[in-house]
Amino acid sequence: MLANHKYIAFETILIKEIRRFTRIWLQTLVPPAITIGLYFLIFGNLIGRRIGEMGGYNYIDFIVPGLIMMAVIQNAYANVSSSFFSNKFQRCIEEILVSPVPNYVILLGFVAGGVARGFAVGLIVTIMSLFFTSLHIEHVFLTLFVVLLTSVVFSLAGFINALYANTFDDISIIPTFVLTPLIYLGGVFYSIELLPAFGQWISALNPVLYMVNTFRYGILGTSDVNIFWALFLLMLFSAGLFVTALYLLRRGTGLRQ
Amino acid sequence: MHNINPQNAISIRNLQKTYANGHQALKGIDLDVQENDFFALLGPNGAGKSTIIGIISTLVRATSGSIQVFGQDVATHVYETKLSLGVVPQEINFSQFEKVGDIVMTQAGYYGLRGALARERTEKYLRKLDLWEKRDNRSRMLSGGMKRRLMIARALVHEPRLLILDEPTAGVDIELRRSMWEFLQELNRNGTTIILTTHYLEEAENLCRNIAIINQGQIVENTSMRKLLGKLARQTLVFDTCEELTLTPDFNDPDIECLRIDSHSFEVSMSTSRDINGLFSVLSGQGILIKAMRNKTNRLEELFLSSLKNQ
Repeated sequence: MLANHKYIAFETILIKEIRRFTRIWLQTLVPPAITIGLYFLIFGNLIGRRIGEMGGYNYIDFIVPGLIMMAVIQNAYANVSSSFFSNKFQRCIEEILVSPVPNYVILLGFVAGGVARGFAVGLIVTIMSLFFTSLHIEHVFLTLFVVLLTSVVFSLAGFINALYANTFDDISIIPTFVLTPLIYLGGVFYSIELLPAFGQWISALNPVLYMVNTFRYGILGTSDVNIFWALFLLMLFSAGLFVTALYLLRRGTGLRQ
Repeated sequence: MHNINPQNAISIRNLQKTYANGHQALKGIDLDVQENDFFALLGPNGAGKSTIIGIISTLVRATSGSIQVFGQDVATHVYETKLSLGVVPQEINFSQFEKVGDIVMTQAGYYGLRGALARERTEKYLRKLDLWEKRDNRSRMLSGGMKRRLMIARALVHEPRLLILDEPTAGVDIELRRSMWEFLQELNRNGTTIILTTHYLEEAENLCRNIAIINQGQIVENTSMRKLLGKLARQTLVFDTCEELTLTPDFNDPDIECLRIDSHSFEVSMSTSRDINGLFSVLSGQGILIKAMRNKTNRLEELFLSSLKNQ
């Protein structure tokens, strides 16, 4: 396939994905705004005042980056897993599979769709946070780069989940039983310095910790982890998941009989 | 328009498929379909028709064997073979939430078409299939027949040289079915090779020049429609009379069986090798005036059933 045609195919998948999540905005863009808004109000504003400082910052300022990242992670993952599985379920994935679009373009298209939703929700939640605190971003490019990498990682994870899924239950099990605990224990609401040594060691195995802390470093300039190490890990996760998803796609897992 | 070269649109050699559950769907299929042909692939449910189409369109992986599309191997020339192929599946497989126009435009994008060209093709095929007025409707709002036509428009948007239709007129009313036949015939006249699977044997008889019958994963008949119909030994003709019949016509011939149906009609069974002019002479001699005559049996259906029985 010509490079230009590959680009058109990629753009087509991306536009279709954006059209999907904007068409059902009441299910995709509004709920994270409401949920995270409540977190800001209750944990940040009401309870946060009594907590005082965390990591040298007001509690609301400390949790804002983590909550934004939580919304990005959940939505990037949900977008790709539900969209790709829905394509499988309705069999419209066959439209792409019978066409000459290469597997890696299919993968990139769906991942780009997840990244687009991650950024859209991240932007909405960031704007909402301005009602509760004044947000000053220390490192703009690093912040955007971390959102990009995190969205890519979780979009790829959502893609792999959708490949294996046979029912709609299969795409809700991982977010409920894996993703949510990882996010809540990933330093969104607290600094891992509060944990005993063993807890800190366990937390260091949680990939979300690196995402949240690198993002927090981008906004506040403070982090519980080494930024370069965290960026390296994020890129490693992206590459590993990309290769895995591409391998499964080539093998036809969950798609071709 | 496509150049018409005397080459095969499809060449299938020793194609076998055994599914993960152990079911052997194809047991070594050999099949050639010439370019510009209108080809029928018939067979009962579960015979292996959809599996063949699935393998050609890469949705199903062959256990062994090879398929060439216009001389190029499907496994090694993925881009070229997919570009020359349009597939209309048996089951509805587009998003029920997308607009009709968007579905066709999106498919154009998968083939590297966009902008004015994609819009032009989308309009062309939606108009040809009487769906242009529905372009802004959500696809789930379409009737069953419209959904089938939408899948045809979608399969044609990149103007493939080979169009494969898996039971395209299933559940479509007679009037619409005939308009789809005309459209497919026009497409074939313009150079598109068409392979059709259908349960309507009348459809295959009217449209297709060549035919293969598949049963239990094997080709049991592969010939031209003319030759196949030529194998038919007997035919039954139904006559409607102008006036009331007082007696059953007597042809005085052991090869001809005559049966009165009601007061104004009777049927005659005779071998296909004979001409029917003699019948009219006898009937005129007995003072019976004929208003209309038709062939009673679905000729292809008879052959189809006998092919399956003889296997």
